[in-house]
Amino acid sequence: MATLNILVLVCLSYVVLLFVVAFAADRAALRGRGKWLRSPIIYTLSLSIYCTAWTFYGAVGFAARSGLEFVTIYLGPTLVMIGWWWALRKMVRVGRSQRITSIADLISSRFGKSNTLAVFVTLLAVIGTTPYIALQLQSVTLSFAAFAETGPDVGEAINREVTAFWLALGLALFTILFGTRNLDANERHHGVVMAIALEAVVKLFALLAVGVFVVWGLSGGVSETLARIDASNIARWDVSASRWVGLTALSAAAFLCLPRMFQVMVVENEDEDHLRTAAWAFPAYLMLMSLFVVPIAVVGLDLLEGTNPDLFVLSLPLSQGQDGLAILSFLGGFSSATSMVIVAAIALSTMVSNHIVMPIWLNMTGGNAVMSGDVRQVALLARRLSIAGVVLLGYLYFRISGGGTALAKIGLVSFAGVAQFLPALLGGLFWRGATRAGAMAGLVIGSLVWLYSLFLPSFGTGTILSDAIMHDGLWGLSWLRPQALFGSEGMDPLVHAVMWSMLLNTAGFITVSLLSFPKPIERLQGAQFVNVYDHSPTTGGWTGGLAQTEDLLIMAQRIMGSTQAQAFFASAAGRQGIGGYLPEPSPDFLQSLERELSGSVGAAAAHAMVGQIVGGASVSVEDLMAVADETAQIMEYSSKLEAKSTELTRTARQLREANEKLTQLSRQKDAFLSQVSHELRTPMTSIRAFSEILRDADGLQAEEAGKYASVIHDEAIRLTRLLDDLLDLSVLENGQVSLNVQTGTLGDLLDRAEAAAGGNSGELEVRRQRGDEGIMLSTDLDRLAQVFINLIANARKYCDAKTPVLTIESRLSGEMLLVDFIDNGTGIPTDKQTVIFEKFSRIGDTKAGGAGLGLAICREIMGRLGGRVTYLPGQSGAAFRVSLPVEQRVAAQ
Amino acid sequence: MSIDPNPGPVFVERRAYRRRRLVDAARLLPILGVTLVCLPLLWTGERDAPTSTTYAMIYFFSLWLALVIGAALLSRRLKSEAKSDTADAGADAVGGPAGDK
Repeated sequence: MATLNILVLVCLSYVVLLFVVAFAADRAALRGRGKWLRSPIIYTLSLSIYCTAWTFYGAVGFAARSGLEFVTIYLGPTLVMIGWWWALRKMVRVGRSQRITSIADLISSRFGKSNTLAVFVTLLAVIGTTPYIALQLQSVTLSFAAFAETGPDVGEAINREVTAFWLALGLALFTILFGTRNLDANERHHGVVMAIALEAVVKLFALLAVGVFVVWGLSGGVSETLARIDASNIARWDVSASRWVGLTALSAAAFLCLPRMFQVMVVENEDEDHLRTAAWAFPAYLMLMSLFVVPIAVVGLDLLEGTNPDLFVLSLPLSQGQDGLAILSFLGGFSSATSMVIVAAIALSTMVSNHIVMPIWLNMTGGNAVMSGDVRQVALLARRLSIAGVVLLGYLYFRISGGGTALAKIGLVSFAGVAQFLPALLGGLFWRGATRAGAMAGLVIGSLVWLYSLFLPSFGTGTILSDAIMHDGLWGLSWLRPQALFGSEGMDPLVHAVMWSMLLNTAGFITVSLLSFPKPIERLQGAQFVNVYDHSPTTGGWTGGLAQTEDLLIMAQRIMGSTQAQAFFASAAGRQGIGGYLPEPSPDFLQSLERELSGSVGAAAAHAMVGQIVGGASVSVEDLMAVADETAQIMEYSSKLEAKSTELTRTARQLREANEKLTQLSRQKDAFLSQVSHELRTPMTSIRAFSEILRDADGLQAEEAGKYASVIHDEAIRLTRLLDDLLDLSVLENGQVSLNVQTGTLGDLLDRAEAAAGGNSGELEVRRQRGDEGIMLSTDLDRLAQVFINLIANARKYCDAKTPVLTIESRLSGEMLLVDFIDNGTGIPTDKQTVIFEKFSRIGDTKAGGAGLGLAICREIMGRLGGRVTYLPGQSGAAFRVSLPVEQRVAAQ
Repeated sequence: MSIDPNPGPVFVERRAYRRRRLVDAARLLPILGVTLVCLPLLWTGERDAPTSTTYAMIYFFSLWLALVIGAALLSRRLKSEAKSDTADAGADAVGGPAGDK
């Protein structure tokens, strides 16, 4: 009993040590100290919760029964770890970028945040893990019992159930104390991880110590040990290939899917880079853990024939009187059991409270509490209760099952259960076509097959599944026998169950995924998971207060500009009474920063960005929707701006055109004024000169005086005519002219014009076709005559033929009267044809001093009369066409 | 999300090339491991005298050690490669905002 008392004392001291270590680690992490807490070695050691009491005690038992087959349980995880580049890296990256809290959360997030899926995964995980927790309790009580049996008072049997109860209570307490310190499941449990790392060292050391004792203490060296193995009944390398491959694959799958492994590997991961170290260090750990398993088993079989091989690790030192080593070994087993229970309880409680308790509670309270702060308290309470519940379940299972059967068997059943997550997990990470319906179908099918073919039969024939079902199949269908599904007889029951459950699971998953259509959020999440490396370039962790602030500063600099951001941060730090640029990330500061940023990128985006860095919340779909809304608003605004800008461009172009026109007009006006003054100046000059001669010259002969006076008279007439023309033009251009409509024939009008222009006198011969000229006109005949006069006078003036002839042709074309004036001169050069109707435009040197206003006046008159006068190119000489609309009635006469 | 229209350059500089081959090696190592773990299954029927457990033990622990050393070397190489990569990126990140001032 003394040994037992010492054992209890040592055990309690060890527990106190664990509490102290966890507490110190939490304190150190809280103060931002203790970088070593986040080292890759601690991460690797925390992975060692894969090695539970099942490993510590059970592996030896496994080896004693089946020889080397036990290594498959460690080779599977080894292969997964050295293949970290394939799956683990992606899993950890997704877990970090999506702020995943558990494997249920990962699968549900991937498939559109489906809570149904999460609940299902949680339930399956609880069903699969509960026996495993019971197994841990059992192994500790067994080891206690082993001590008690060898004690001096052999008769005093230890009450195993009481031991298990106190153990469960202590574990629940520890887990609640250090596992629910923070609400955020993404926050690392530094205390817990540290305690687990310590336990990992203890169990490795204990197992190695026992191994060394067995090999060198009991067997006398390596070669002797090998000889002993060769002599034992597990000397033959005789493994079933299907079990070998099946168990390796199963342990590899379970390593990825076990909730507690997910917890330490992904959720508690500080830095993705730690995986690099763990990739070789963890396989090394596993190798050391299994190095002495076979020697211990062989020596145990030799020395302790007939006792439980699962306890050889403990009973060997005890039987040899090595109490110190036995206590160490006991501590190793105790460490393995407790660390597994603690982490499994944390992982399961996170799942249970997040996916089952909280949704139910929120439903019951109508979701009103979301607004108030007591959600936090409720969530913490839910998690604590869940931990207690999970541990209690394990204890109840232990009580009910009574702790029978070999340890290893329960472990493998549990492995096969959680391995059902694998298709959904890997499919979700690597295949964008995987859908929620597919995942659900695969999980349901796989878990049903697992329950029916492995879990329920594991209670023993006749307990839950009757003999009849086991031998004849469900409803008497022989192909539904639990251990010979579809007629696959003679297989190992475990391999059989694993094969069928995984096969049907995967088939269901793929088939339903191919046939179903995912919801938008599933597709969104699918893209984010599968292409996680494109979406999350950052690998570093947002841990520690200052690191967060620094990241915030980097982000703010990108958005606000560095000077402004630095000033903002410095002033915030100043308000908090801190020097430098990095204030504490207090809620006030974060709120003001978010406000500041939302000025630049919109409220939702700012919230999401700050949330991403601080880790308060992940980007929800609502956030994304809000971002999209804001973006849409911005786009609408920018399209409005664009419309306005095109309008402005148009206006600007109009303005520019108007300006050009004005400039042109101004230029024309200047030209006009200078032309007019020039035109006025010439006659004025001659008038002045001749009038001066008349005044000053004495003795001027009457003949000369008369000549000079007539020059003055002519010039004055020319001046008057010019001024008349100008006046006329100005009146016409201003539209002030009033038309005096008369009726008359074209012929009369032409006669009048011909006479006014100087008749047929002189050298110009006018040829007319009088037959066509009987057209009645009803217009301002005086004005029209003015045009004709002008055209005839022009021909008289400018026709340069030897015998100038002007042909006047008139005809009706539809409702238009066309009168052509064609002379036989050289005509007007093409480049001048466009300018002849402009004011003061004269072509060549002027024989007769016209002012160049005639055609301009003609054009204006015809415009007033509703017709036009144009130059007619391509005739024998200069040709002008006067066109004028006539009424049909008048024309018919 | 869609297929990248730019599949990347055909020729990369020597360091990037080496890094890609390292990643290839890291990916292939577990496949080699699986092959070698399953190899002893062939031993059973080939000999009159069955293979001894000690023989298999020595084989497996040697294999295990080799895998650990291989993984350690690869991860060390990958680490140093990644370190220099992030160091470059870090220098850029620091230089960026400074250039804005």
